[in-house]
Amino acid sequence: MSQRANDPMAAARPESGAPDYDVERIRRDFPILHQEVRGHPLVYLDNAATTQKPSPVIDAVKAYYERDNANIHRGVHTLSERATRAYEDARVKVQHFVNAADPGEIVFVRGATEAINLVAHSYGRTHIGAGDEIILTQMEHHSNIVPWQLLCEQTGARLKVVPVNDAGELLLEEFEKLLGPRTKLVAVSHMSNALGTINPVERIIAMAHAFHVPVLLDGAQAVSHLEVDVQRLDCDFYAFSGHKVYGPTGIGVLYAKRDLLDAMPPYQGGGDMISRVTFDETAYSKVPQKFEAGTPNIAGAVGLGAALDYVGGVGLARIQAYEQKVLAYACDAVGQAPGVRLVGTAGQRASVLSFVIEGVHPHDIGTILDSEGVAIRAGHHCAMPLMDRFGVPATARASFGIYNTCDEVDTLVKAMHKIKEIFG
Amino acid sequence: MSDLRELYQEVIVDHNRKPRNFRENAAATRKVEGYNPLCGDKLTLFLQLEDGVIKDVSFVGTGCAILVASASLMTEALKGKTEAQAKAVFEDFHNLVTGDTGDPMASADQLGKLAIFAGVREFPTRVKCATLAWHTLQAALKDDAQVVSTE
Repeated sequence: MSQRANDPMAAARPESGAPDYDVERIRRDFPILHQEVRGHPLVYLDNAATTQKPSPVIDAVKAYYERDNANIHRGVHTLSERATRAYEDARVKVQHFVNAADPGEIVFVRGATEAINLVAHSYGRTHIGAGDEIILTQMEHHSNIVPWQLLCEQTGARLKVVPVNDAGELLLEEFEKLLGPRTKLVAVSHMSNALGTINPVERIIAMAHAFHVPVLLDGAQAVSHLEVDVQRLDCDFYAFSGHKVYGPTGIGVLYAKRDLLDAMPPYQGGGDMISRVTFDETAYSKVPQKFEAGTPNIAGAVGLGAALDYVGGVGLARIQAYEQKVLAYACDAVGQAPGVRLVGTAGQRASVLSFVIEGVHPHDIGTILDSEGVAIRAGHHCAMPLMDRFGVPATARASFGIYNTCDEVDTLVKAMHKIKEIFG
Repeated sequence: MSDLRELYQEVIVDHNRKPRNFRENAAATRKVEGYNPLCGDKLTLFLQLEDGVIKDVSFVGTGCAILVASASLMTEALKGKTEAQAKAVFEDFHNLVTGDTGDPMASADQLGKLAIFAGVREFPTRVKCATLAWHTLQAALKDDAQVVSTE
């Protein structure tokens, strides 16, 4: 540690008590962080998989079930009115969080995966046919690959894949070559879950729109780390999960431009998505209810609304500035450990540190770190094509959130010494 | 740390670094693949049976230390065993790391050197690593060519 402290090139260490970011106060809001794992204080560095929940989120879900629970939209009684208001208020919170023009552009789903499947089914089957092309990238999560493969199997469309360079950055000149008259959709992650790369989505969207091609952004990773303004981005679809932005599991969001949603057929049929049903024909509700068949995850939406309030309260600009400092500190500290190779060194990246250690499988790294109370992820991160690109079966991944500190990075690095002790 | 030392005993670290019988075998009578897709752990097992006796058993593949060491030690333990003996060792090994079918320590007594895998029982997420090679062996003994998984 002292070596780095004396190194003028070492990344600046953000102090816990920095006036613009009180991380200790944030940590106090997350009850789960205050426990021991295998006899050591928990250091939770698996935020790219799921984030922990602050008390306001837990309390909002609890209060909803204790006070307001009822089914929504059709009830005339007081509890149903309250539940409906809570659910629709959450929709407006999401609208403001991503700066959508209209709450009707916000569809509640189970998560980013369902949001992408919804677009593949509803938009895909009506707009994409045999010989058409869908452009993805080499760094996509399986959830932004497999729905499109299924669509291709059903329609005869084809996937085209934008490669990445050795740093884990998209090759935009290759993207440009793939765009053409057959391109019907571009689906790209805003931020890579495996490498942390932040993609130049504004440029990608502008390039695609020049060919009148709509763009879906998989925002599952980005939404807790970057400010998202769907109108400024001008993306056509934006998908994210509540549980990766400090909200509950089982709730997520599909944002889509209103004109696209209006023209899209329903994804699933059932209650709550119809205006009139006879056995001869059914008239559908307007958006967004048209895409929300059945009783939704009302408590989840309420919890997500509370999570977005919480994140908004801290402020994404401040979160981003703080997390960048922690990431830089971690890259410096972990990158200097013996035998470590960082996987993914893009110029623009956030909160994800993927690495391999010569001669030690990532699962063994994960188990050894866990024995020191440090939770990281080891595996292919649901991005097997990307692992193939980098010639590794798996990586170890430490991923950071709003409550992580440089002290925790130090604990990670100290725990990594145990790997050397055991594997030599 | 003591649990961890139990898991990563020196013999395991050694067999991971220098796996024994780590090779293909063109004379194998049975060849079966084991694959844990969530982990990415992968091995191919080559079993050479002659008159009901394991004349040779070897493997190739990639994975964590627990997988590689368990495959390596398994191949050492099984050469020269009959099919019935190999099945009995499988049962004992499985019980040692899961405790599913009896007292793990009784199994440990039967297993000799393989008993060093007893530490895996304290790490439930790693049981699938320790058992992949063994389940692949079981499939090979049954002459079942399907890809084996312990996930």
